[in-house]
Amino acid sequence: MKNAAATLLIMMCVLGSAGADSGKNSCLDCHAALDDARLVKPAKLFDGDIHHQAGLTCADCHGGNPDDDSMSAMSPAKGFRGVPKKAAIPDFCARCHSNATYMHPFNTKLPVDQLSEYVTSVHGKRLKQGDAKVATCVDCHRVHNILSVKDPRAPVYPSNVATTCGRCHADAAYMKEYKIPTDQVAHYQKSVHAEVLAQGDTSAPTCTTCHGNHGAAPPGVNSVVMVCGTCHVFFAQLFEKSPHQAAFTQMGLPGCVQCHSNHEIVKPSDSWVGVGPNSICSTCHSSGDAGFKSSQGIAMDLGRLNLAIAQADSVLDTAERAGMEVSEAKLELANAHEALIKGRVNVHTFRASEVQKVTEPGLEIAKKANQAGAAALQELNVRRKGLGIALITILVAIAGLYLKIRQIESKPQA
Amino acid sequence: MSEPQRKTPSWLDERFGAGTIEEFLRHKIVPIHRHSIWYYFGGMTLFLFIIQVLTGILLLLYYRPTPNDAFESVQYMMTQVRFGWLIRSVHSWSANLMIFTAFVHMFSVYFLKAYRKPRELTWVTGMLLLFVVMGFGFSGYLLPWNTLAFFATKVGTEMAGSVPVVGKWFLIFLRGGEEVTGATLTRFFGFHVAVLPGLATCLLALHLLLVQQLGMSTPPGVERAIAEGREPRRSMPFFPNFLLRDMIGWYAALGVLGALAAIFPWELGTKADAFAAAPAGIRPEWYFLFMFQTLKYLPSKIFFVDGELVGIFVFSAAALVWVAVPFLDRKIGFGRTTRIFTGAGVFVIGYMMLFSWLALR
Repeated sequence: MKNAAATLLIMMCVLGSAGADSGKNSCLDCHAALDDARLVKPAKLFDGDIHHQAGLTCADCHGGNPDDDSMSAMSPAKGFRGVPKKAAIPDFCARCHSNATYMHPFNTKLPVDQLSEYVTSVHGKRLKQGDAKVATCVDCHRVHNILSVKDPRAPVYPSNVATTCGRCHADAAYMKEYKIPTDQVAHYQKSVHAEVLAQGDTSAPTCTTCHGNHGAAPPGVNSVVMVCGTCHVFFAQLFEKSPHQAAFTQMGLPGCVQCHSNHEIVKPSDSWVGVGPNSICSTCHSSGDAGFKSSQGIAMDLGRLNLAIAQADSVLDTAERAGMEVSEAKLELANAHEALIKGRVNVHTFRASEVQKVTEPGLEIAKKANQAGAAALQELNVRRKGLGIALITILVAIAGLYLKIRQIESKPQA
Repeated sequence: MSEPQRKTPSWLDERFGAGTIEEFLRHKIVPIHRHSIWYYFGGMTLFLFIIQVLTGILLLLYYRPTPNDAFESVQYMMTQVRFGWLIRSVHSWSANLMIFTAFVHMFSVYFLKAYRKPRELTWVTGMLLLFVVMGFGFSGYLLPWNTLAFFATKVGTEMAGSVPVVGKWFLIFLRGGEEVTGATLTRFFGFHVAVLPGLATCLLALHLLLVQQLGMSTPPGVERAIAEGREPRRSMPFFPNFLLRDMIGWYAALGVLGALAAIFPWELGTKADAFAAAPAGIRPEWYFLFMFQTLKYLPSKIFFVDGELVGIFVFSAAALVWVAVPFLDRKIGFGRTTRIFTGAGVFVIGYMMLFSWLALR
């Protein structure tokens, strides 16, 4: 019955469109009028699709003759390709997207290497092996309602990427046969990267920043430092020159993530260095070895500077709350904070002397700020004493005036 | 009396007629009645004005009116100059106390009907002085060039700019351009240390001359009681009796000022940054709050007219009516008061207090 109705509609389209302009898109006209929701959906979605906005039609991807209102429009003889099979999707999209000459007029900056990257990805390799469950273009970019990557509604917009990847990678049942963890998204959501991204900084890393997008693959043990180092350049340079570089390579340890984890990269704490209960150093180093001593020294330097800053902050805050002008000292203290940050960066040299080199000047600044705060509090004390003396003087003067008035007014008027 | 004391007045008298002044002071009297306390607020305002002039001159020794230096020069005064903090804090606190005492003086004159014939012009000059004093407050607020002052001035001058026909011109005149910039700071500095002091001096001289010429008013109720024999007519010499009492008030004000400056030094805040976002909770000085809050409550349009514009027009009209009160309150005379004007005064005080409180919440 449904097919009969569809045929009738198509015939009506044919009759109704006799003599119509050749610019007419019979695909959309007919699909929009069908009863089958599955067939109507593409026509409805396509209006918001980036391809539609760029002036492309259904026929540009699916072939066929959009000028023909009859069923023959979808004849393979007229180049109709229909719906591609899953394994054919990358090539289907790449017909245009790998063609630099074709793509150039639409967007000069759009890369045309997506397919060549995709075939190197885990997804691409498994697809070639016949695994139809892996992601292809449409799994991430959607189909018929594809949006620009710059559109915040797009599933590939930075703030949506983790959710898009998680649609498969966080689904334990779907991923069961691959025997890989499915908690990456949950871990990532707790990370400092996700926190910054949620605050609106779209340059913050998400899944594709480290794993790649079209050439998605897990970074190998040896390439972790390079992956992290694309953003954290200075840290990577320090690490490469550190004693850990050779030791980690020898032991097969994956650089940065050994201490910072991979997906759940939380805000680092000074308690990670040293030999305290939260120490990460002591998971490998033990009392007596050089690393243990270094970590003790680093922790001590950072701790001293932290304490000195906290003390100076407290004194300056007290003085400021009392109304004293200490903004200059506070501004100076910001340099001590900067020294602390530099010290934390230098932790990646894993040498106490390198950390001390930057924390020592910071300690000096914090000491001066503390002195400025103490001087302000002392000045406050002097002011209050001065006020007391001034008020007593004023009271004495008022009493004198009062007595004078009484004296004048007690005399009989002339 | 010692020899030099006898010689000095004589020398001055020969050249300047100092004896006339002494004679004037000796014969000037001040009425004594149950409302006499309000007479002291005029003198108190004058005393605070003198403090403003003196501390202002001291601040001028260090202050530099440019966007690059203004904040730093005030900061330098507060941290490096000996007693600089005290001078600046006293100047700021005294400005606020002066506006407070000026308002108290104005309302006491209003309710005691001291504006009635023949003191209409004393009232008018006093009102003009109050506007000048508020102008001092508005222009001085920007001078430290801190964030709060910068954005409050921006909002304040925008309000002036919304007046039809002349608004745009007035805004550019005040700002020295389209935006609040260094040009605005230079202008406000000019208004604060030259234009307004000049105006204030002329108005103050006229106001004091009228006060001396016409003497102090006795409230109608007291006049009636004296006329009906219910109360005796009492008075005291201005010099030295009233002046000594005035001095007690001045000393007390000085003590309050010192305490406020030492316990709550006037904050400097952070340096103005034109590119920074406006801080939350910007509001003008307390004496503009009732107007500020009213404008906030007004809808964007009132009968096709911009709501803010209607508000500014109503406040301007109200201020004009307030200045013209001695000419409108014609029924007042010997021993009679007009209840409508007294009620209006109570309403105005209530309105100002309520809307200021709402703005501070």
